[in-house]
Amino acid sequence: MKASAGGYARARDLSHALDLLADADGMGRVLAGGQSLIAAMNMRLSTGDMLVDISRISDLSGVSVQGRRLRIGALTRHAELGRDALIARHAPLLAQAVNHIAHAAIRNRGTIGGALAHADPAAEFPACVLALDAVLHLEGPEGSREVRAEDFFVDVFETAIAEGEILTAISMPLAEPDEVQMLKEVARRSGDYALAGLCFVRRAGGVRLSVLGAGSTPLLARAAMARLDMEDIGGAVAALRGELNPPSDTQATAAYRRHIAGVLLRRIWEEIGGESA
Amino acid sequence: MSDVFRNKVDITLTVNGEEVEARVPAGRHLIDFLRLDLGLTGAHASCEHGVCGACTVKVDGDAVRGCLMLAAQADGAEVWTIEGMSDTGAIRDLQDAFVTRNALQCGFCTPGMLVACEELLTRDALPERDEIRDYLSGNYCRCTGYEAIVDAVEDVAKARRGLT
Ligand SMILES: Cc1cc2nc3c(=O)[nH]c(=O)nc-3n(C[C@H](O)[C@H](O)[C@H](O)COP(=O)(O)OP(=O)(O)OC[C@H]3O[C@@H](n4cnc5c(N)ncnc54)[C@H](O)[C@@H]3O)c2cc1C
Repeated sequence: MKASAGGYARARDLSHALDLLADADGMGRVLAGGQSLIAAMNMRLSTGDMLVDISRISDLSGVSVQGRRLRIGALTRHAELGRDALIARHAPLLAQAVNHIAHAAIRNRGTIGGALAHADPAAEFPACVLALDAVLHLEGPEGSREVRAEDFFVDVFETAIAEGEILTAISMPLAEPDEVQMLKEVARRSGDYALAGLCFVRRAGGVRLSVLGAGSTPLLARAAMARLDMEDIGGAVAALRGELNPPSDTQATAAYRRHIAGVLLRRIWEEIGGESA
Repeated sequence: MSDVFRNKVDITLTVNGEEVEARVPAGRHLIDFLRLDLGLTGAHASCEHGVCGACTVKVDGDAVRGCLMLAAQADGAEVWTIEGMSDTGAIRDLQDAFVTRNALQCGFCTPGMLVACEELLTRDALPERDEIRDYLSGNYCRCTGYEAIVDAVEDVAKARRGLT
């Protein structure tokens, strides 16, 4: 079908974008890479939006190291993250994720900020930022604020971004020298959304494990994390299966998704040289 | 409502090397603009939600979905479609290989397929067969079963590196 938009305006910079959103009387809609939004508009899931095109705001794009943190502009595209040297070094989980997201032509335009704001529970980046304990930086009419990834994902397609706010950047600690970051998932075909997937991070402070495709939001698997910190893989798999609440749909049943999550955890554990029990 | 939001947007861009000026409805996606307004019907509008790849065209050097970009967003962009890429001869070898290898039957997916294959070949000079398959997972072909397309891409990759 054909998209129906209420109107279109291109933002020159962040403050212009915020003004445009404020002007739109609640009908404003941020347009970044368009790889979810324009699809939704074409399907008429979203109509009459006053589109605020932020895609040309160059300040919101790019990766940098600031002190002991890695900062990623919200408009950095999936494809750029996939070939960025700082990402490969300091947040390799994100580079691994890129290989699983959609197809090349979509990765050429889709942005990390758009993927996080869209908050599809089956998407890779939301689960990644949860496992990496990232902070999301928001800018709104009342100024800026920061939200931890753990507090950001509220429900399916719903986040802590308030009306009139824009996600400007994501920041996270630099990976430690011995840190392990690994993403594993099962999808029916290359580029499809995963049936289930795991993001595993092990740093000095302990293991962080998040799950995608297994509930209404990406999930931080706290019970499994506690078991992994005790090197108890059997207990961790059982705990993980217990704390998931995955959907049953035409792709897979909830039981199968739970099963996959456990299998993936064992595979990660073996790959990093952990004892299997 | 503020009048800064436009229902119709004025754009200037280059398409296949020629400058184009137009006024487009805000919701018009790029592939409809190319096909219906400019008559460039090579790339196709099909699933219109980014899955099939039939609308793949080149924008500022990247293969993109023509159905997931608004024409309004192409202001200032450099767009290439299969028509222009054929006229310049830029992908003559790839097109010849598609014919030689029988890598198309109905041809519906071919314009998008060629744009995707060309991008793969510029990013990875000698892709493995499974890499080629992986890259083309976003371009549906319902005639060939892909085998012949993979053959064609592999042939061109080798030929361009002087390996045949
Ligand atoms: C065929 C297909 C397959 C896909 N497969 C996958 C997949 O396997 N895994 C995956 O993770 N994703 C997948 N995607 C989605 C893709 O990753 C999108 O690029 C991403 O979800 C949205 O990013 P965007 O920049 O295109 O955002 P847009 O489409 O522009 O915006 C999406 C939403 O976020 C809001 N938004 C965007 N940026 C901001 C911001 N900075 N601040 C506030 N709000 C903002 C918009 O208002 C909109 O509501 C797929 C998409 C397609 C079409």
